[in-house]
Amino acid sequence: MNESKSYFVVAVFAALALFPLVSGNYGVDFVTKIMVYAIFALSLELLVGATGLVCFGHAAFFGIGAYAAVLLSAESDPSNIAWLLPACVGTAAAYALVVGALSLRTKGVYFIMVTLAFAQMAYYVVHDTPLGGGTDGIYLTLKPVLGSLIDLDRAVTLYGFTLACLALVFGAMAVLNRSRFGRALAGIRVNEQRMRASGFSTYPYKLAAFTLSGGIAGLAGFLFAVKDGFVNPEMMSWHLSGAVLIMIILGGLGHLRGALIGAFAFALLQELFKSEAIFGAFAKHWHLGLGLSIIASVVLLPRGLVGLPGQIRARLLGGKNAAEVKA
Amino acid sequence: MNIATSKAPEVLLRGHNITRRWGGLVALNQVNVELTRGTVHAVIGTNGAGKSTLINILSGEFPPSDGRVELLGQDVTLWQQPRRARAGLGRSYQRNTIYPSFSVFENCRLAAQASQQKPWQWWQNAQSCQHSCGIAEGVVARSGLTGSRNISAGLLSHGQKRQLEIAMCLATQPQVLLLDEPLAGMGAEETDRMLAMLQELKTDHAILLVEHDMDAVFRIADCVTVMVNGSVIASDTPAAIRSNPQVQTAYLGDH
Repeated sequence: MNESKSYFVVAVFAALALFPLVSGNYGVDFVTKIMVYAIFALSLELLVGATGLVCFGHAAFFGIGAYAAVLLSAESDPSNIAWLLPACVGTAAAYALVVGALSLRTKGVYFIMVTLAFAQMAYYVVHDTPLGGGTDGIYLTLKPVLGSLIDLDRAVTLYGFTLACLALVFGAMAVLNRSRFGRALAGIRVNEQRMRASGFSTYPYKLAAFTLSGGIAGLAGFLFAVKDGFVNPEMMSWHLSGAVLIMIILGGLGHLRGALIGAFAFALLQELFKSEAIFGAFAKHWHLGLGLSIIASVVLLPRGLVGLPGQIRARLLGGKNAAEVKA
Repeated sequence: MNIATSKAPEVLLRGHNITRRWGGLVALNQVNVELTRGTVHAVIGTNGAGKSTLINILSGEFPPSDGRVELLGQDVTLWQQPRRARAGLGRSYQRNTIYPSFSVFENCRLAAQASQQKPWQWWQNAQSCQHSCGIAEGVVARSGLTGSRNISAGLLSHGQKRQLEIAMCLATQPQVLLLDEPLAGMGAEETDRMLAMLQELKTDHAILLVEHDMDAVFRIADCVTVMVNGSVIASDTPAAIRSNPQVQTAYLGDH
């Protein structure tokens, strides 16, 4: 990551840290939601952008993390974050381990379909059995706490906690991408055959990435459940799996910043097209506007929003520096 | 050249009665091949003779239907490709299989990382891994790519990409090299450079060379195996192969 990119990331996190000082409750809640989606998007970026595995069932891990947060919480006392959070992450990661172990035996479009199938299975388990409260979902009445230090029932505390999680995940993934593990994942993305010929057993690498990714998605799910105090089967639906894929594509695949920017762009576009103040009666057809704007961005921004400054620079400087900008 | 006769040749890779069937088609029929340290063993034959299938089976891309592969005296027939690679078997591909978006150095470094993977050290920067960086510096220099060290591999010329392919192979520190048409599409000068490199590598490696360029094959090979329709019809010194009537008919008949 070069300097301007690091400055950008630091500026974004600084802005996020200061945001609650200038915003009301609605804003804090809204940005908390976006940050949760950003963690979710980062988890998928590890698979799609870093390893080249397109998973179309990522909502399952998100949903499992969320359901675990509710189902594992005691009804009488607030649960302790110190064990509840690892338990939620662990449950999601465990499911990811099983799904990954089976689905990674397939490749390409079959992999996409198998991950979707596993997500649908999880969806119907919570949708059609008493375990998850059926279509109505279940409530989380007592938000988890960490002693008297952290009480996630307070919106601003939850905001700070989510921001800290986001920063940790972002930082850890930035370090991981440069490590030998990360380089091996990149090698698998670019040329798996060569990796195997060099002596890398690629299956365990992919399985480790898949499990890790599922665990991080579970963390996002936990935060989402705590934020809303409510879970329902829609959190595991393929719509959400699709939406998070769109976030990372919109932001720019292969960049951690892309997942961050994509989550914000997606949520803001959604708010924009839902706004009756701007679109009046048309606002209820917000899916159409969102869809068209995403198609437009894919056509006009082949490398996502992350590539936008480079594209502008290339346009301004003319063709001679195009290769340099691309690198 | 009487040095070799003073002790028994060191066989590093042996394919024993290798047969591969695809449904009813017999792609390889009872092929025997031996690679000894210090020699280049060329495999020639027309398209579809089974040369690439042989390389794929020896390197572990897929298993033989029948027969056995021995690497450094061990039966590795059931070993997957990555395990064979770690045990000392390197291969190059007919089509370039480099990482085009990575730098030349990183291409080699990543290959070198295979012998000390340590994926659990996720906090340590790969660029500070002395093991892989050291090996990569060595092979980049050895393959004459120092000048292009930091550029994206995708921007190299075709000949340089072939050199990089060999360099990546060497970065895994193999004892046996299986090279699938390393000279394909190269100009005369590039061919000379590659042959000089192979000549040098030959001293401490066992090399299997699949190649269409007959001049090059007869310049460098110590042993030539001729394949037709999945079977070996002759395996001998280059001089003997050249004057073998069976080979002449097979070749003249098909061309």
